[in-house]
Amino acid sequence: MAYFRMTQMALKWAISKPATNPYPFAPRVIIPGSRGLLTFNKDTCVYCSVCRKKCPTGAIGVNRHQKKWAIDRLRCISCGYCVEACPKDSLALSTSHGSPAVTKDREIYQGEMPAPKAPAAAPAPVPAG
Amino acid sequence: MSEAQTYLPLSPDALVAKVRELHAEGYRLVQIGATTLGETIELNYSFDRAGTLLNLRLQLPAAAAHVPSISSVYWCAFLYENEIHDLFRVHVEGIAVDYQGKFYQTTVPFPFGTRAQTAAAPAAGN
Amino acid sequence: MARTVIPFGPQHPVLPEPIMLDLVVEDEKVVEAIPKIGFVHRGLEKLVEKKDFHEFVFVAERVCGICSFIHGQTYCQAVEQIMGVAVPPRAHYLRTIWGELSRLHSHLLWLGLLADGFGFESLFMHSWRVREKVLNIIEATTGGRVIFGTCKVGGVRRDIDTAAMQSLLAQLAVIEKDMREIVDVFLEDNSVKRRLCGVGVLAKDDAYQLGCVGPMARASGLTQDMRQLGYAAFGELTFQPITRPEGDSFARCAVRCGELFQSVDLIRQAAARLPTGEIEVKVTGNPNGEFAARTEQPRGEVVYYVKANGTKNLQRFRVRTPTFANIPALVKLLPGCDLADVPILVLTIDPCISCTER
Ligand code: SF4
Ligand code: SF4
Repeated sequence: MAYFRMTQMALKWAISKPATNPYPFAPRVIIPGSRGLLTFNKDTCVYCSVCRKKCPTGAIGVNRHQKKWAIDRLRCISCGYCVEACPKDSLALSTSHGSPAVTKDREIYQGEMPAPKAPAAAPAPVPAG
Repeated sequence: MSEAQTYLPLSPDALVAKVRELHAEGYRLVQIGATTLGETIELNYSFDRAGTLLNLRLQLPAAAAHVPSISSVYWCAFLYENEIHDLFRVHVEGIAVDYQGKFYQTTVPFPFGTRAQTAAAPAAGN
Repeated sequence: MARTVIPFGPQHPVLPEPIMLDLVVEDEKVVEAIPKIGFVHRGLEKLVEKKDFHEFVFVAERVCGICSFIHGQTYCQAVEQIMGVAVPPRAHYLRTIWGELSRLHSHLLWLGLLADGFGFESLFMHSWRVREKVLNIIEATTGGRVIFGTCKVGGVRRDIDTAAMQSLLAQLAVIEKDMREIVDVFLEDNSVKRRLCGVGVLAKDDAYQLGCVGPMARASGLTQDMRQLGYAAFGELTFQPITRPEGDSFARCAVRCGELFQSVDLIRQAAARLPTGEIEVKVTGNPNGEFAARTEQPRGEVVYYVKANGTKNLQRFRVRTPTFANIPALVKLLPGCDLADVPILVLTIDPCISCTER
């Protein structure tokens, strides 16, 4: 009966478990292979700036002399271009999508300096974007 | 994927007659697009019939780009013609529905035109 | 009779996107409609001057948030054609599979919006429930939910291995069953039929003259489907464009319903014939030349005109999106309809305004 197509479906769903997630109480199931937050390993990075040049949104800043690597999380589109380009495999995309950002900060990582001759820390250069 | 695409150079005066011919042959208007090349503006009128693309190509001087409207033949051309007017400053004469430069609301007038055009625009008005 | 002008949009509950129609009405009948767009013009075409042609794939994908993958693919096809790059067959098949997944999710989204537009809220929820499952497949295979980010000039950036393909096909079987349920409601339920049948009839000739594309044209009986050009792997798969003769809103709904199952079938065919081998080739040098690539989006034919002059930035990048081609038809359909039918008519062209204005 053409009138009762929807009724059938409605009845079926009235007695089955809801299709939605009770979100704040149960976190979203993480799907393997999802492209999430970019992770950086400062121990293997050689500060070559390849990732900064490759990034299509200009989210990464690298200062070779001060061994600083910085990322603007709100600009990063998790495309993975830098991950493919990095010669040292210092970058990876995790499946976590991170916590909500309340402020617009750059995340800055400082690598080990070889000799104690570093001048006063200047902010990492912001690439033209 | 290697379909043949023809480009037919044409003068603005011959445009409407040629378009009328294509219309009679059963072509469908696919798009009208403009390209800024230095001080010329190139217009491409693309037509399709059974999967083959035919392009009519006009070259206009950017400083005085005037072209007749084809919306009397293909009514649906009015959107494209308003677009090329608002973005490239090509004056299209006799558009079926003329928005008088109010089709796209851009802060920079004629943003896709040549540099000289964009600079001259505020003085000249729309 | 006195005429009144009623502004429809740019903010209107049926559409989250800004299109404005000035409706001239006499009593309850629309006599004239003047469209206004341009509220969200982003000037993406101009960005080619800043991004090189490899990076530009990401911009092309962001032309539209719903049919993103096919935008990236069409852009890549245009550049590959200019540069004479031979894309490996496996990449062609993967592109086909992702393109059809994107069609599935777009059509399910549209069915939901249509149900919402005529006030059938539970049907809307169910359409989107099924769509969520499609999005999960997309996320598992590409990493993104709506922005796939897997297409690149010269091939694709991710592979689907055998295990992932098996699970994709298994999930697809479930989705197909779910879709059958909701499509039955759309096509059989009397209340849906009474709302859609005979509303906004577009004759076959008019559809052709007005340059209609996609489901809009096919619902008026035109067999026009750019997939027949045989781009990507479509040349090796068998399918028939789905058409309906009626040309009314119900036909447009039915065409899209039919295409859901067609996409499932195409994905199965492509998965069964998926060749082994490379997924990308190395692209060196810069493009020089011009090409207009055309593909079939969920909303219809999209044209990517790319002109390059041998530098790493393209000279011109132009997109003609399907909605742009369907707006003239909408303007022709509106005069003569009831004011209450306007939301349905606007929805049945499946408008995507931000990609219209790029
Ligand atoms: S490309 Fe890799 S090694 Fe080079 S700066 Fe970036 S993260 Fe470090
Ligand atoms: S993932 Fe993409 S957007 Fe993010 S930092 Fe890397 S290259 Fe830039």
